[in-house]
Amino acid sequence: MRWRGEATLLPGDDSSASDMQADIENHPVVQRVREFGPEAVEDAQVFRGELTLWIPAARLRRVCEFLRDQKELAFKYLSDVTAVDHYPGEPRFETVYHLYSIEHNQRLRLKVKLPGDDPRVDSMVPVWPSAKASEREVFDLFGIYFEGHPYLVRILLPEDWEGHPLRKDYPTEGYR
Amino acid sequence: MPLTLERVPGQEERVILSMGPQHPSTHGVLRLVLELDGETVVRAIYDIGYLHTGFEKSFEHLTYSQDITLTDRMDYLAPLSNNLGFCLAVEKLLELEIPPKAQFVRVLLTELTRIQSHLVWLGTHAIDIGAMSVFLYCFREREDILRIFEMVAGQRMMTSYFRIGGLALEPPPGWLGRVQKFLEKFPSRIDEYEGLLTKNPIWTMRTQGVGKISAEDAVAYGVSGPSLRGSGVKWDVRKAQPYSSYDKFNFDIPTRPEGDVYARYLVRLAEMRESVKIVRQAAEGLPEGPVKANAPHIVMPDRESMKTSIEALIYHFKIVTEGFHPPVGEVYHSVESPRGELGFYVVSDGSPRPFRCHVRTPSFANLQALPKIIEGRLIADVVACIGSIDVVLGEIDR
Repeated sequence: MRWRGEATLLPGDDSSASDMQADIENHPVVQRVREFGPEAVEDAQVFRGELTLWIPAARLRRVCEFLRDQKELAFKYLSDVTAVDHYPGEPRFETVYHLYSIEHNQRLRLKVKLPGDDPRVDSMVPVWPSAKASEREVFDLFGIYFEGHPYLVRILLPEDWEGHPLRKDYPTEGYR
Repeated sequence: MPLTLERVPGQEERVILSMGPQHPSTHGVLRLVLELDGETVVRAIYDIGYLHTGFEKSFEHLTYSQDITLTDRMDYLAPLSNNLGFCLAVEKLLELEIPPKAQFVRVLLTELTRIQSHLVWLGTHAIDIGAMSVFLYCFREREDILRIFEMVAGQRMMTSYFRIGGLALEPPPGWLGRVQKFLEKFPSRIDEYEGLLTKNPIWTMRTQGVGKISAEDAVAYGVSGPSLRGSGVKWDVRKAQPYSSYDKFNFDIPTRPEGDVYARYLVRLAEMRESVKIVRQAAEGLPEGPVKANAPHIVMPDRESMKTSIEALIYHFKIVTEGFHPPVGEVYHSVESPRGELGFYVVSDGSPRPFRCHVRTPSFANLQALPKIIEGRLIADVVACIGSIDVVLGEIDR
């Protein structure tokens, strides 16, 4: 299911949808990850020149290690970890990873779909130590658990705060 | 119950010290918890969130044009860099073509922003380590830049001058003269700061070999900007993925291999000189033409045309009351802010408000390297290390 970020929504763009799919399959990064494991990519998409890969939650850790250690890819820099809440859609959450390869000057976005009920995903701290604070932030503001995180406590809000403010069902003014 | 460190059994003589949040050298409201063995820091953690204002939630409840005012308030020392990052992300989503003059003015003003941000950093960093007079000189020059901002945008700090599709308004006549005057005297002022500090024995003793981080560690911890280039990694978003016509300018990326506080100091000083070069090129090669993109459904019309043209009036009404509808999709765009990679991740569901807007702020990532570089060092060095990674708490807490 692809329900966000369709590249075909601009008027006049929809004729080239099948060409676009072929282009994505020929993308060097997609080809490499497919070689690593054909089922490692659920879906791929290019929008405004940015490549996004959807990775199954169970394989995320191994795919990330592969992306970091492969010489031709060398995604050694994790810019950012964040999440998007699609409430009331299901799967409700997506965690988003922005990777960058300084050697090859290439960016890549990974996404993992997570259920609304007890969202859990492997922590990427063992792969990139820089995920430590960003994952704490996602935990704090979205309530997504990162398994294997060394120190998963709230980072921006007080420890006794109720709820996760960036969830769509959390009112902007807060609970009163 | 505030964040604290657990005592290690058998090490009861060690002191757990809470440093900040109201500490003059933590540059805002940063709190550190240090475990001290005598004067040596054994472990350190940081506690943030004192300035959390929920900007990312607010983004979802304002229109794209209104969101620009929020970006100013995150990194309050570099408001124009933040404006630029957000505008470029939304413009990428909209596939808007920006006129060359607007791009050059954007480059010119963001480079002035970089200089004034580095001046605040230099002044406060020097005052932390004990050099009082540098602070006064830095703020003298910063005032000149803020006056240029005030002349152009009507505001000294919260400028909101870059808008989606170009600039808020044509810069006033005579502003380039003000910029030229600043450019004439500023390079000699950098020499003055260097004269006060670079070979000063107290300064070098306090900074050389202190707060070392290797290139591999810096990359692994997500450090970017001058702090990363001080460890010898030659990565600058302006060169690697040029935006806003940075590819038309001739400048270098200064790096130093040492990775200590002194190296980061030298990199930032060299960056100010490079910024002067860019500003000079932008001022001399400033193209003629409009400062707003030709997209009437997105860009606000001129005040004058609203009095004579019914279309302009209708578009103005639509943009103010409803906003514009970008295509469905998501973009990530990063710019080189004075502190490093500043990225905006904007998700659009086709409505006039962003579905989600996340900001990858450089200070948030850079701060992660702090415990690494202060552990094992003396407590007096902690102050020098905090200053050297140049954090702004406003953008860390957002």
